[in-house]
Amino acid sequence: MSIDVAIVGIGMHEFGRHEGVSGMDQGVTAVRRACADAGVGWEDMQFAFGGSMAAGAADTMVSLLGLTGLQFINVMNGCATGGSALFSAYNTIRSGVFDLGIAVGFDKHERGAFRVNTKGSGLGDWYGATGLALTTQFFGMKINRYMHEYGITNNTLAKVSAKAFRNGSLNDMAWRRKPLSEEEIANSPMLSYPLTQYMFCNPGEGGVALILCRADKAHLYTDKPVYLRAAAVRSRRFGSFEVLAPSIAIEHNAGPTVDASKAAFEMAGIGPEDVDLAQLQDTEAGAEVMHMAENGFCEHGEQEWMIQAGETEIGGKFPVNTDGGCLANGEPIGASGLRQVYENVLQLRGDAGPRQVPNDPKVAYTHVYGAPGISGVTILSR
Amino acid sequence: MGEFMAQVPVTEGVFTWPSDEPHLLGSRCVSCGNHMFPRQSGCPKCTGEKTETVELGRRGTLWTWTVQGFPPKAPPYAGDDNPKTFKAFGVGYVELPGQVKVEARLTEADPEKLKIGMEMEMVIIPLAKDEEGNEIVTFAFAPVA
Ligand SMILES: [Zn+2]
Repeated sequence: MSIDVAIVGIGMHEFGRHEGVSGMDQGVTAVRRACADAGVGWEDMQFAFGGSMAAGAADTMVSLLGLTGLQFINVMNGCATGGSALFSAYNTIRSGVFDLGIAVGFDKHERGAFRVNTKGSGLGDWYGATGLALTTQFFGMKINRYMHEYGITNNTLAKVSAKAFRNGSLNDMAWRRKPLSEEEIANSPMLSYPLTQYMFCNPGEGGVALILCRADKAHLYTDKPVYLRAAAVRSRRFGSFEVLAPSIAIEHNAGPTVDASKAAFEMAGIGPEDVDLAQLQDTEAGAEVMHMAENGFCEHGEQEWMIQAGETEIGGKFPVNTDGGCLANGEPIGASGLRQVYENVLQLRGDAGPRQVPNDPKVAYTHVYGAPGISGVTILSR
Repeated sequence: MGEFMAQVPVTEGVFTWPSDEPHLLGSRCVSCGNHMFPRQSGCPKCTGEKTETVELGRRGTLWTWTVQGFPPKAPPYAGDDNPKTFKAFGVGYVELPGQVKVEARLTEADPEKLKIGMEMEMVIIPLAKDEEGNEIVTFAFAPVA
């Protein structure tokens, strides 16, 4: 029998742009805040999994936090870096190796669209030279095809962004806290048709840390433990349509999100109908729409009326990206997946303040997606 | 400036050049017949280890598309990255029947003129000039008139 796992401490460094503060420092702040939240010291940590994409090797942060000799393993797994750190921490406790540890992710990216390292991504230099090495193009092409197949409208994309900035305005940890109208969003510069500037998230900065322990010891650290019921990471199969692909197969596969979601639901022993709220990867507005169906929360195409009817708003039937998502928080890759879990812990504790989902939500879901075709899902419950 | 300007491909081994009828170069799996682009040694479909180089078809249908509306960062981009002179370009996946969907620049960048399912044909387009004044060319797909 495997051991149940609880999240007993959460810490975050504000997302956004922080001149003169390194990504590592933001990770350290997140760790200290998580320790304070759980009422423990860094010296109590038996193990750590940590990662960043562009802000250095996470394990070097021990020189700032304290050289306690703990097991610290660096995780570097593209957009699922944070999710993979959490997956590893979860299984370390589940297997009984350690009782208390931490997952941390942080990052700091240059401004503008991600500059793709074509060699590091297994692509030829010609690919970037030709002007194809842009993740933004993939998102434009995926949603353009999806709109063609399933009748999603441009206005629905604008509605997704408007919701994100509205939710972000209720979140003092968010980067973009100014609500924008659907018109402002739709009329901002077209970056990658059909997606405009305000339909895309930006690479950013920030850090998040989560302290995990054996569920039977959670009462030592918190009155409101949140249990991690499932954590799954999946890579792509043949035929799926992924970011930075010079070609895709003629035959179709639904992609790693569908696989990770199914695995997580199986692990948790529940279904999508049991989930009260979700944080879904919204690199751009269309991603949130498509990921609602890929994660099993609706059929393809149903998003159109769900979003038009306000079902994904904080007060709606199925709130999505209650903290403003990537759109309002930006995407510091190493921290982004952990931010989603941080938000869900707040929501399940009932501590989300002005953006609290009503009626005491019990089950919450997170999903990250990114290059080169990887998805991570977690399911949390009270 | 010399009066002679040579055209050089952005890379070797991705498309046939010079040629009156340029083709993309792909791989075909010896075991299962799966087509890949660009060329690669292993097959992601059947895990087969042996592939052979093939010229891919020059015509297909547009499977999806977007328009690159801002200058890509240079490097890696070799084309014009100056926001003042940059011209938006189309990008899409073209389904080559029975083979594979290839990602490529499109010669058309007007959303009104791009339609999923339209016929496309492979062409070679200028991309940039190198230090010696040669014209660097790459592949693209153009709507079939
Ligand atoms: Zn094969």
